[in-house]
Amino acid sequence: MSTTASPLAGTFNADPVHSNFAFAVRYQGVSLFKGTLDAVEATLTDGKLEGKAQVESISIRTPEQFRAHVLGGEDFFQADKFPEVTFVSTGFDVTGDNAVEVTGDLTIKDTTKPVTAKGTWVAPAPDAFGNTRAHLNLETVIDRTEWGLTWNAPLPSGGKALANEVTLTIELALVEQA
Amino acid sequence: MRILGIAGSLRRGSHNRRLLQAASDLLPSGVELVEWDNLAGIPAFDEDLENDPPESVLEFFRAIVDADALLIATPEYNASIPGALKNALDWASRPFPENVLKNKPVAVVGASTGLFGAVWAQAEARKALKASGAHPVETELPVGMADYAFAEDGTLNDPELTQRYTDLIADLVREVTAPVEV
Repeated sequence: MSTTASPLAGTFNADPVHSNFAFAVRYQGVSLFKGTLDAVEATLTDGKLEGKAQVESISIRTPEQFRAHVLGGEDFFQADKFPEVTFVSTGFDVTGDNAVEVTGDLTIKDTTKPVTAKGTWVAPAPDAFGNTRAHLNLETVIDRTEWGLTWNAPLPSGGKALANEVTLTIELALVEQA
Repeated sequence: MRILGIAGSLRRGSHNRRLLQAASDLLPSGVELVEWDNLAGIPAFDEDLENDPPESVLEFFRAIVDADALLIATPEYNASIPGALKNALDWASRPFPENVLKNKPVAVVGASTGLFGAVWAQAEARKALKASGAHPVETELPVGMADYAFAEDGTLNDPELTQRYTDLIADLVREVTAPVEV
């Protein structure tokens, strides 16, 4: 019986320069705050995606007390105890032309919960430098409070200062390993 | 028409002083903005001195009386307004109700280095002003991430905030010329 090679066969490592992990969250009801965790490592091995991002690499650098609270606060990341955000896929389905759906376990702080993300998969192709390169883009929305990122404050005009829904986006430039 | 500008921070290079000064470019014609700059010279409010306030306090009162409206730019300390600013407003609220703040139109704006642009301080300031008999304009102007909010020429980088600031000042001017009865 003949088998077709899976489009996901092979081992790919994320190129750190062209990969990132981004988040976006509404604050004050209307404004959108965007940030990234830039230090990302990820591998895709025969369709299993494993990735981690260093919390310390968060793009919030100033003001100092803002960064300190987000990194260290018990209602935020507690990066000294939980320095990494990790994701391990349990399913990776190419559902159509370039469309992909990935399920897996997202760990932030000491909480691991399943998430499903959708996005696009650009199949491996030779790049200009003699490598074989693929690209994976994924997006999902999580409720940050389920992972213990619970900070909030009531606005004087009513409502909450920071939304619970956070849009997570990953961009992985994946280079096939020889 | 004269608007008296009051920055709630004593720091010379304060974001809120800059925010106050950014209003200069947004004034309708015939309106001038004069900054009152002696917050540091106001002693702690003392009821024993209420009927014979120190000279620096009397000067503050005269500046308020001479102005048609106030524009207050407040930082946020611990989710509230700076003690020095609250103290000055407490002086100005006495003797109640026939004080210098009575029926005075006021707009409150605020800048902070975090995301939220001193919204809680602005609400606190409006609350204290309303209780003192002033007429605070309800709209707020939260200028967050203040380290990045201003261009080199002192104007606000964000056109949306600039428009909102312009509208807020127009509301303040309207409150002087055609006060909304409350």
